[in-house]
Amino acid sequence: MAERILLSPEDIRRALVRIAHEIIERNKGARDIVLVGMQTRGVPLAKRLAAIIKDIEGFAIPTGSLDISLYRDDLSRRPLKPVVHPTDIPVDITDKHVVLVDDVFYTGRSIRAAMDAIMDFGRPRTIQLAVLVDRGHRELPIRADYVGKNIPTSRSEEIKVYVTEIDGEDKVTIVTPNRGGAV
Amino acid sequence: MNSAEQTARAAMSETLPGLSTPVWQHHHVLDLDDFSREEIDLVMETAEAMAEVLQREVKRVPALRGKTVVTMFYEPSTRTRASFELAAKSLSADTISLDATRSSVTKGESLLDTLRTIQALGADIIVMRHQYSGAPYIAARHISASIINAGDGWHAHPSQALLDIYTIRRHLGDLADRKVVIIGDIMHSRVARSNIWGMTTMGARVVLCGPPTLLPPGLKEFISRFWPAQVTVETEIEKAIKDADVVMPLRLQLERQQSGLIPSIREYIRLYQLNEDRLALAKPYALVMHPGPMNEGIEISPAVAQSTQSVIEEQVTNGVAVRMALLYLVAGRKNN
Repeated sequence: MAERILLSPEDIRRALVRIAHEIIERNKGARDIVLVGMQTRGVPLAKRLAAIIKDIEGFAIPTGSLDISLYRDDLSRRPLKPVVHPTDIPVDITDKHVVLVDDVFYTGRSIRAAMDAIMDFGRPRTIQLAVLVDRGHRELPIRADYVGKNIPTSRSEEIKVYVTEIDGEDKVTIVTPNRGGAV
Repeated sequence: MNSAEQTARAAMSETLPGLSTPVWQHHHVLDLDDFSREEIDLVMETAEAMAEVLQREVKRVPALRGKTVVTMFYEPSTRTRASFELAAKSLSADTISLDATRSSVTKGESLLDTLRTIQALGADIIVMRHQYSGAPYIAARHISASIINAGDGWHAHPSQALLDIYTIRRHLGDLADRKVVIIGDIMHSRVARSNIWGMTTMGARVVLCGPPTLLPPGLKEFISRFWPAQVTVETEIEKAIKDADVVMPLRLQLERQQSGLIPSIREYIRLYQLNEDRLALAKPYALVMHPGPMNEGIEISPAVAQSTQSVIEEQVTNGVAVRMALLYLVAGRKNN
C-alpha cells in the first residue's frame, strides 16, 4: 500500500480560514451559528473553525460534538470495538443555523444519520455541512455547503485525515492499494 | 462517511492489521466472571453516552430499530424489569414482556420450550430472570438469540454489578484500591457474587461482612483460589467498615429467621444494621449503596438511607443507561 500526502498543515489551515469566511458570509454574520463537530476528527476541526470565526467576528460561537453510532442504519457494519463517543450539544439549536463539520465526505450516510440526530435536539432554521475533504461516491442526495478540497478517488482508495489534537500532526493523505489487487 | 467510518468499513473485512483482537466478544451476558477490564471499561464508556441520551428532550435513539427484546421473568421484579424495558425502548427496540407466572409456563411448559417459542417469534435478545442458578446458561446453549442474565437464583446479577461499578466511578473515579464493604446475607446474594467478580477485575478490594451463618460454605477456599489479595471476610461490622470507600448493605430476607440462620431480626439489627455511628467509621465521602428493595430499619437505618452519602436512587437511574449499553453491545455481536 502506498500513502501519498495531499494536504500539508498550511493547506489545511488555509482551507479552514476560507471555510470560516464562507460560513460568515453565507449566514450574514455569525450570530445564530452553532458548529457541531462529528466524532472523532470533525470535533477538533469544528473547534478550529470556531477559533477562526472568533478572531474575525470578535465573539465566541457555541461549538458541540456529535457521535452518530446510535443512528447508524446497519448494526452489522459496526466496528469490532464499538466505542460511542460523547455527544454534547451545548445550546438549544431551535432556530439556529447548525453547521455540521466532518473530515471526509464520502457516501453521505454519516451525514444522513447526523441530520436525524440533530433533529432530535430541536428544530434548527438550517443545517449546513462543512467538510475538509470531499472524495465523491455519494449514495444519497446530500451535498456539502463548504468544502476544503475536492479529491476524486476510487472506492479502493482511502483518504486519511490526521489532526494534531488526535494524531500529533496535520496532514491529509491518500492510501492506494498496490496494483495486482493484493491488499 | 467520515474517516472513522472508512476505517470501520475496512475493519469489517478483518484484514486491517492491529484490529485482529476484538475487544467486545460477548454474544451473551451471563456473569462478570468472563469479563475483562477492557470490556467493563467499554460498557462504562458506552453507558456514559447512553446517559447523555437520557438527558435529552427526545430520550430515544434508533440504534436497535427492528430488533426485538423479550423480557422473561420467572421471579417477581419491579426495578430490573422496568429498567431493561425502558432501556430497550430508548434504543427503539420492540419489546415483549413475558410474565412467566401468567403464561403457559403455569400450564407446565418447560423453560426450553418457552425459549424456543420466543425465538420462533423473532426475539433477538432475551432478558431472563430465573429462580434457579444456571438457568440462563442452559438457555444460552440452546438458543441463538442473545441471553442477558437479569438474575439467576443465588448465582449472578451482572447488570446490577455493572451499574454499581458505574455509580462508584461517577463519584470516586477509578476503582483501583478502593475498599468496598458488602454487608449481610452474602450466601443468598447474586448481587454480591457478581460484584465480587466485577469489582476485583476493576482493582477494588472487597470486604464481605455478615453473620457466619449467612456466609457461603467454602468461601475462604474460593477466595484463596481466585482473589487472595483482594477479598477478605470480616464478621465484625465496625472493623469491616473502617476507612471504607463504599458501603453496601444487602436486603435481609425476613424468612431467613424462620429457617434458623439468624436468631432474631432484632439481634441482626443490633449487630449488622448500617446506622450513622457505623457509617462514621468509613471515609467521610464514603458512598452508601443498596441493590434494593430496601428494608429500611433492618439492614439500613432510615437516616443512612436518606443521607447525603446515599446514592441508592441514583443507582436506579444509572441502571437504565448501563442496560442500554449492554443491549447495544450484544446486539452487534453474532453468535459463533
